[in-house]
Amino acid sequence: MFAALANPHRFMGFSSWAAPLLGAIAVALIAPGLWLGFAAPPDYQQGTTVRIMFIHVPAAQTSMFAYACLGGASFFALVFRHALADAAARAAAPLGAAFTLLALVTGSLWGRPMWGAWWVWDARLTSVLVLFLLYLGYMALRAAIDDEARAGRAAAILALVGLINLPIIYFSVDWWNSLHQGESIFRPGGPAIATVFLIPLGLMSLGYLFAFGALWMARTRAEVWRRRAQSLAVQAAGR
Amino acid sequence: MSDKYAAFIWPAYAVTAIVFGWMVLDTLLRAAGWRRRAERLEKDAAP
Repeated sequence: MFAALANPHRFMGFSSWAAPLLGAIAVALIAPGLWLGFAAPPDYQQGTTVRIMFIHVPAAQTSMFAYACLGGASFFALVFRHALADAAARAAAPLGAAFTLLALVTGSLWGRPMWGAWWVWDARLTSVLVLFLLYLGYMALRAAIDDEARAGRAAAILALVGLINLPIIYFSVDWWNSLHQGESIFRPGGPAIATVFLIPLGLMSLGYLFAFGALWMARTRAEVWRRRAQSLAVQAAGR
Repeated sequence: MSDKYAAFIWPAYAVTAIVFGWMVLDTLLRAAGWRRRAERLEKDAAP
């Protein structure tokens, strides 16, 4: 399937119906997720701030997933010089940055009433901030170099180096003493969250991932059109 | 929902709605804009 979609023409055909479909699935997951999230009872420790978890955790998961996609696309762009992979990498960066910003802001809004601080230089928080800076650096690097091919290669190297941050984020709560809570979903012995919270959280997490998939595909399509338009503009100028 | 934590919960949802709105609008407008431009240039280039 990947090899088939590596052809830009086939990708444009496939994504013309796949992107709206992914978007519709995202809405179908997020709508009941929001409903169940607001209908859930207050947590015995967090009170009603548990409702922030339903948007904070999915944003954090999606920010990491988006970076893995950016890294994967950058690898194919750098090693195989694949134009569509480069377009996909460029398209993933602003979305990943937006999801990371959401994770940081909603986490801060949860931390103030629960920890008594908007921000602490905790390993998890700091590594997610580094992720946000990596996204900004990737976009800034691409924008700073006029030659698009060179910009793409330099940014791809940065993206690949930045992949090391993903396991650091994930394991930060195990490797260092952290104020941030540890893994509470994918852990031996099953989730440490009550079903009444786990269901809306699961729906929202899947919904965010589908939303990212839809937006990523749509932005990659926009990037393909941008390159086509620029190529045609250059041809027109040469005539 | 108007308990003591509402001042933290509603802004979190508001920021999320704004960022999602930006992501959707920016993506759709960008895609539509470049598609229009590419199609216009293709039409102009056609013999």
